[in-house]
Amino acid sequence: MGKPYTVKQMLVSMASGDTQPSDWTQHSLGIIENTDDKIGAFLQVNGEQALQRAHQLDDQAAHWRASLSTTGATTQGLFGIPYALKDNMCTKGMGTTAASQILANYIPPYSATVAEKLTQANGVMLGKTNLDEFAMGSSTEHSAFQKTHNPYNLNRVPGGSSGGSAAAVAAGMVPFALGSDTGGSIRQPAAFCGVVGLKPTYGRVSRFGLIAFASSLDQIGPLTQTVEDAALVLQYISGPDPLDSTSAPTVTEDFTRLLTGEVKGLRIGIVRDISAVGMDPQVMTAVDKAVAVLAGAGAQVVDVALPHSAYAVASYYLVAPAEASSNLARYDGVRYGRRVEGETLLDMYERTRSEGFGMEVKRRIMIGTYALSSGYYDAYYKRAQQMRTLIRQDFDEAFQKCDVIAMPTTPSPAFAFEEKSANPLQLYLDDIFTVPANLAGLPGINVPCGMSNEGLPMGLQLLGKAFDESTLLQVAHGYEQLRGFTMPSPHGLEG
Amino acid sequence: MEFETVIGLEVHVELNTNTKIFCSCKTSFGDPPNTHVCPVCTGQPGSLPVLNERAVDMAVKAALALHCQINQDCKFDRKNYFYPDLPKGYQISQFDQPIGEHGYLEIDVHGDRKRIGITRLHLEEDAGKSQHAADGSHTLVDYNRTGVPLIEIVSEPDIRTPEEARLYLEGIREMMHYCDVSDCRMEEGSLRCDANISLRPVGQQEFGLKTELKNINSFRFVQKGLEYEEQRQREILAVGGEVVQETRRFDDVSQTTLTMRSKEEAHDYRYFPEPDLVGLHIDDAWLARVRATLPELPMEKRDRYIRQYQLPAYDAGVLTSDLAIGEYFEAVVAAGADAKSASNWVMGDLLGYLNGRSEGIAATPVAAVELAELIAFIAADRVSIKQGKDVFKVMCETGKDAKTVIREAGMEQISDMSTLLPLVDAVLASNPKSVQDFLGGKEKALGALVGQLMKATQGQANPGVVNQLLRDRLNALKAVE
Repeated sequence: MGKPYTVKQMLVSMASGDTQPSDWTQHSLGIIENTDDKIGAFLQVNGEQALQRAHQLDDQAAHWRASLSTTGATTQGLFGIPYALKDNMCTKGMGTTAASQILANYIPPYSATVAEKLTQANGVMLGKTNLDEFAMGSSTEHSAFQKTHNPYNLNRVPGGSSGGSAAAVAAGMVPFALGSDTGGSIRQPAAFCGVVGLKPTYGRVSRFGLIAFASSLDQIGPLTQTVEDAALVLQYISGPDPLDSTSAPTVTEDFTRLLTGEVKGLRIGIVRDISAVGMDPQVMTAVDKAVAVLAGAGAQVVDVALPHSAYAVASYYLVAPAEASSNLARYDGVRYGRRVEGETLLDMYERTRSEGFGMEVKRRIMIGTYALSSGYYDAYYKRAQQMRTLIRQDFDEAFQKCDVIAMPTTPSPAFAFEEKSANPLQLYLDDIFTVPANLAGLPGINVPCGMSNEGLPMGLQLLGKAFDESTLLQVAHGYEQLRGFTMPSPHGLEG
Repeated sequence: MEFETVIGLEVHVELNTNTKIFCSCKTSFGDPPNTHVCPVCTGQPGSLPVLNERAVDMAVKAALALHCQINQDCKFDRKNYFYPDLPKGYQISQFDQPIGEHGYLEIDVHGDRKRIGITRLHLEEDAGKSQHAADGSHTLVDYNRTGVPLIEIVSEPDIRTPEEARLYLEGIREMMHYCDVSDCRMEEGSLRCDANISLRPVGQQEFGLKTELKNINSFRFVQKGLEYEEQRQREILAVGGEVVQETRRFDDVSQTTLTMRSKEEAHDYRYFPEPDLVGLHIDDAWLARVRATLPELPMEKRDRYIRQYQLPAYDAGVLTSDLAIGEYFEAVVAAGADAKSASNWVMGDLLGYLNGRSEGIAATPVAAVELAELIAFIAADRVSIKQGKDVFKVMCETGKDAKTVIREAGMEQISDMSTLLPLVDAVLASNPKSVQDFLGGKEKALGALVGQLMKATQGQANPGVVNQLLRDRLNALKAVE
């Protein structure tokens, strides 16, 4: 299997007239056809509809090329680019399940804003990818429907909760997929699968139509082969949305404008007081090496402190379940989705929710309900929110001294199936590096930074200032250009 | 032992915005079930609320009218509970930062003005409506009402009698009408009321154990239900019993209150800040903009009517009970009518006519200037009051103005002396017997002569003028003799 094509490569090829949209859709569908029975990235592939759309775009291709030559652009829109959506983003008339039994037959009457925007950008949606049920998990093992396998080692998890999107991109099935990140659900699977995963600033991308897990933390972002592709996709999914009150009133900017490869003079913050139980020294070494690469290119490395990050996981696992317990109350069997009849109303509710939700979802609903209960609210939810403020202040202070912060995305590379399912708390603690960005609403990106001895990808995480994705992408892209190696193709599919 | 009654009311008022509070569905009442619904108000996965600022305008206006302090920085919270008519499993409401606080409403109780404190006024979304099958086999839910904006107004426990409770509720309705924020129709559910009532020995500071009265669907039943509950609690306490703290409902068939649920079943609503909405900041300009739309409030207007127009308190109360009635009354006065006459006509004939047709002042067939014209005819003695009432009826039925009706009916009184004098002389000439009687000292004979003259003018002669003219002529004859 060859190196997967990037969004940029496809656009350039179509711009030159060598290929047309249906070629790429067919190419993608072919890879899915050949590999997804082993990977299990997709819950649903809509090949016929995608091809129909691609052929429509074929007819517009000449017109599109003409518009490029007049503007001098090489990449207007995402013309004819095949992509996938994590199955917690609503698509009108097309099943959207959040990988839950309770929504197994749910067909949304409307589309998420990101889906609308990608349609307007002339992308071609191929299907919906697997996830941990309601995006709760970091291995995609909590999907009610299927396992997704890591393309680098089929015995390993792809990470989660956007495991399907990460695996689909890693395996070259699509050049980009959207994921959602509540506590690391884009960056962590990107690290495990050796791809780029960007969690934008909270409010950068509309959440309208994203099936809510934790409203104050959820953010949609792209998983791609390259940083440049992430910038391109962000361009077309971001922006204020009148349908999402929490979307920020940002002005349009070109996220690719700083992708020069230049990092000279930029200040990279490193955090010495953040550590994880069970930290794999290989990962630490790889991240240190990545920072050294940046320093070698003229970036300035400075020490910064995030003293309250020790409380980030604890705070996260109160705030996120609390919001989830309320967000998931609507799945009651009354209006849509699965209903299990009962003798009384209460009986119907109990049966529907007992059978409809999986173990991890129930666990979090219970934690969240407890944290919000009368008499416990002040001790748990309120204190967790106060801690969030302190964590945000830590970052504010740190970003006085640096432009981006570098740290690992995960303590270790991808683990084996069921390796961590017996001890949920240990798995929660693995989120130490990713949850602070969600609690503070900051943008973060995973860039592959090497392969472990076992042949698994490892990830460098960079965190940026709020609404300064441009600088974040600049450093990530600079590192990608400078790192001196190319990621090996996923070898899980070989042989 | 003597007991004192303590009552507090929680009133829900539906705001009359065109669209719902968090989506753009219409708020119209009475349409087929589930015709004003969308992904947001049916709680579809992934949908998000967006605040309708018109609802904020109206809530602020109502809060200002009730003399509340406005919390210019406030927020929305989620109130979590499961019920089929609540699509998201939570209601978006305001918990610890209501839009208005520390207000009051004044009511007139038997001539005394009393101030009832308002603890808070907050903004929230309404739920849908459940229809349970009579045999209990199923329930149908209509989500048209889901997301209609509501304000909840919570009073202080300042109300001391069931009558005061009714007056307070009527006062709230009047205020909402004045502000044009709600039609307050209890029978359509656009005004709903829950009441808390307890009794305590006179002189005791602490409150007694209370019951909450729900499902009250008319102004009359507020008073009736509370009177029943007051009596029930008094009887319990009189024999040394203890009131069970519970929720009861008023049953309008038996006119009694019945247990709905006990306190043990009380919910833990797990309130927390609504993360899908940003904080609500009402800046000074916004507040000023709403303040500028406030009309003169009912009590101020009542006082002004008494002062400016020298009206009795009763008249002032009736005329200010509705913004439009007051406007109409003032328009009649502005067109030149005497205030007390205008008040009598508006309260009596006009409202009587409209009430008989179950219509409001907006449906008046007689414009204010037309009523003023009729009043001027009477004031000028051109028609009698009794005739005026007939004229008014015809005006109502035909839409014609007073002048036309009077002319067409040939009704106008003849007060003009040059017209009347020859007639007087003719009557005197043709009734020598009566003239002689009068001159002989029989006062009654004058009546017969007046009657003759009225007959001669088909009743149109002004009786007062005629009387005077006859008397003058007869006295002149007497002097000659």
